[in-house]
Amino acid sequence: MPDTYDVAVVGAGPAGLAAAVESAAAGLGVVLIDAAGQPGGQYWRHYDENHARPDDRRGHHGWSTFTRLRERLDALTATGRIRYLPGHQVWLVTRDENGAFTLQLTPTTSTRVDGAEEAGLSRAETARALILCPGGYDRQLPIPGWDLPGVMAAGGAQALLKGHRTLAGRRAVVAGTGPFLLPVATGLARAGASLAAVVEANGTLGWLRDPVGAMSVPGKGVEALQYAALMARHRIPYRRGTVIREILGEGRVEAVRIARVDRVDGRLAGPEEEIAADLVALGWGFTPSLELPLMLGAETRRDVDGSLVVVVDDLQRSSVDGVYVAGEATGVGGAALAVAEGRLSAVALGVALRRTPESSRRAVVAVIGRLSREIRRGRRFAAAMHRAYPVPVAWTRWLSDSTLVCRCEEVSYGDLVRAHRDLGAEDPRTLKMLARPGMGWCQGRVCGFATAEISACLSRRETTAEDLRPLSTRSLAVPVTLGELAALADDLPGN
Amino acid sequence: MTADLVVVGAGVVGAAGAYFASLAGLRVVVVERGALAGGTSSAGEGNLLVSDKEAGPELDLALYSQRIWREDLGEHAGLWEFESKGGLVVAASEHGLASLRELTVHQRRYGVEVRDVARAELRDYEPHLSDGLAGAAFYPQDAQVQPMLVVAHLLRLAREAGALVRTRTEVVGFLRDGDRVTGVRTTGGDIPAGAVLNATGTWAGGVADLAGVHVPVLPRRGFILVTEPMPSRTIRHKVYAAEYVGDVASSDAALQTSPVVEGTGSGTILIGSSRERVGFDRTVSGKAIGTLAAKAIALFPMLREVRAMRTYLGFRPYCPDHLPVIGPDPRAPGLWHACGHEGAGIGLSAGTGKLIAQALAGDGPDLDLTPFAPDRFPEPEEALR
Repeated sequence: MPDTYDVAVVGAGPAGLAAAVESAAAGLGVVLIDAAGQPGGQYWRHYDENHARPDDRRGHHGWSTFTRLRERLDALTATGRIRYLPGHQVWLVTRDENGAFTLQLTPTTSTRVDGAEEAGLSRAETARALILCPGGYDRQLPIPGWDLPGVMAAGGAQALLKGHRTLAGRRAVVAGTGPFLLPVATGLARAGASLAAVVEANGTLGWLRDPVGAMSVPGKGVEALQYAALMARHRIPYRRGTVIREILGEGRVEAVRIARVDRVDGRLAGPEEEIAADLVALGWGFTPSLELPLMLGAETRRDVDGSLVVVVDDLQRSSVDGVYVAGEATGVGGAALAVAEGRLSAVALGVALRRTPESSRRAVVAVIGRLSREIRRGRRFAAAMHRAYPVPVAWTRWLSDSTLVCRCEEVSYGDLVRAHRDLGAEDPRTLKMLARPGMGWCQGRVCGFATAEISACLSRRETTAEDLRPLSTRSLAVPVTLGELAALADDLPGN
Repeated sequence: MTADLVVVGAGVVGAAGAYFASLAGLRVVVVERGALAGGTSSAGEGNLLVSDKEAGPELDLALYSQRIWREDLGEHAGLWEFESKGGLVVAASEHGLASLRELTVHQRRYGVEVRDVARAELRDYEPHLSDGLAGAAFYPQDAQVQPMLVVAHLLRLAREAGALVRTRTEVVGFLRDGDRVTGVRTTGGDIPAGAVLNATGTWAGGVADLAGVHVPVLPRRGFILVTEPMPSRTIRHKVYAAEYVGDVASSDAALQTSPVVEGTGSGTILIGSSRERVGFDRTVSGKAIGTLAAKAIALFPMLREVRAMRTYLGFRPYCPDHLPVIGPDPRAPGLWHACGHEGAGIGLSAGTGKLIAQALAGDGPDLDLTPFAPDRFPEPEEALR
């Protein structure tokens, strides 16, 4: 059996990095597990450090926060106070009778590594507590033509740029909703792409719907102005109250057809227009990755932005004893908030495990107070953003019978309508069983949100957390070879 | 609302009962506390097997059901992806093969079609089978359906014949006239009925309790692994090890696993089967799914590098004598049962539904229901004595 750590931190993005270094600083034994090859997560994704260039920080916000966390991680790893396992994914978490968690790991690379132990790969780790910081990924809505080559998630186009300095197209349209479209568009423009348009479903007046929330994080206003300036400098057309109606092309993207939408509910309202493009980057906010919290039975709720998120208390504790959750999984709110949540969870865990010396109690109480206030401000700002950039209520009306909802299993909107109308599929789970959305390779990661919303809409009711859970829950957090599964049987006691 | 028959439970057995009773002209209302096929019906592979049954009443019912699937329901087969793929039962040792041959002798006598498969012929059936297997038996009658589609379409057809289906409606008690059951009390109101059919699978004991009768159905947990999609016909039949037949018939509470491997129309490969009695515990067992993977690899070494995408689990409705409960309950006249089909409910549902409809209509059923009588078990007090 491997050593039992005080805490396993899963994810080395903003929340996980902060949680890991703060846990180690509090005197806890830490194992930090991350899918990527180098720390930073999606937010601070950067070029392979073995080939770094001084301009890698361009386009990054809070890069100094990252480098500080990074230096502390390196120092704590060097002194053995953090065991850092990059390139590992957790595929199963189980709990023994003493409450310790065992995390089964698989290497991220698809290539098989012989002699896993020698190569520095771990098959399993155990820990007394967990801080889960799984982050999130772009939320997608189905659009006719979104399965054409040249259509990407906005975050995917950005990841290619940040991680590989690769431009996914020459003439791009960035579409969906939310402030994240701006850094994607300006990043592509700076890298040399021609930006045909940013197509934003909501109006920017949305900021005014909750001015108090929007003002609660002052730095964000400056950020917005910087993007506005960059948009102007690159002469990027910004189309508000507009959506992509259809993506056109023979064999790959050639153009998009856009249309105005009603400001109130997002119903299609206006004349259509075609714009030539060879890259379409789509983002409708973010979907938190909830595989691990749901596997452990953590309570979840539907957040302001419609995403399923983990319920945490004011110390980042989930409903499951010993499981803390930080970052986007508790509610999409960006990197600064994630760092604060990661730190708070670590400090709180240090207190819970009684590792805080008597002499520093007072200082810890002050830190908790400060972080809590920062998190409350961050949450208010995030909620204001979510209200300003909602997924339009009437989005399912944009779908036609033949629009693919699940690309893996090629399930169309019409298939879902028929399963509902003719076969009595009244909820997303039954819909999935009868029409197969979410049954393919991605296991509902891409189409889960859309399927839940369509199911609720067909039953003429609001989407609930109940609707979102079946397509967010995954029995295996990531696919794993049967060979790795078979090895598990040898490792475990029993008959 | 009144009915000739209230069917409790919209799983595959309830759906088949509702379908055949509606065709027989009865006014049927189906009540289901959750969603369609929300219990064990959506937690299996969808097997219609004769190969895993030893000679006796269950094999009689399996062979009868084969006829119903292929004849009465034959015109709808495409709706639920009926595939007569055949089952290949493989033996690893000469000793195992000898026992298998002995089983097939009895099965043949009962009307099961079986072909002996020699060691040299194994690869003609399954090109990826491991070396070193002793031989096999091939059962051409073994077939597969997509069980969720069976439930949904049988209920659709029943609705077209006049039935009503009420989901999210839980039975909380029975309407009684003396001993007699005269309907159900539900979260959506009372429904008076000439007869009530308890088709609640693994949960049937609890529903029987509401009527004051004892039906000993227990949950027997099983896991299935689902792989990434593979090229079609990678695995052509349902392939399982001869030890499976013994595990099915066993009553052991501890974990038992025997490899069952088969492809599906969507390209995924399904890997079963495990059995353990752990109540309704839904925690994924690393031991169970790890052992399934190891045994599947022993049969098909190429599976080692194939990825599992997900696993699911379910609770087989299990009776102490491994026979289902089918027929009227003399202890509570008006109450009927069709439950306890263990791991064979999908296959046996068609025959069960048809027999129940025949018996309800007052015709003699095609098959004698005596071995499946609801009152055949000792009362709990007697069992303790």
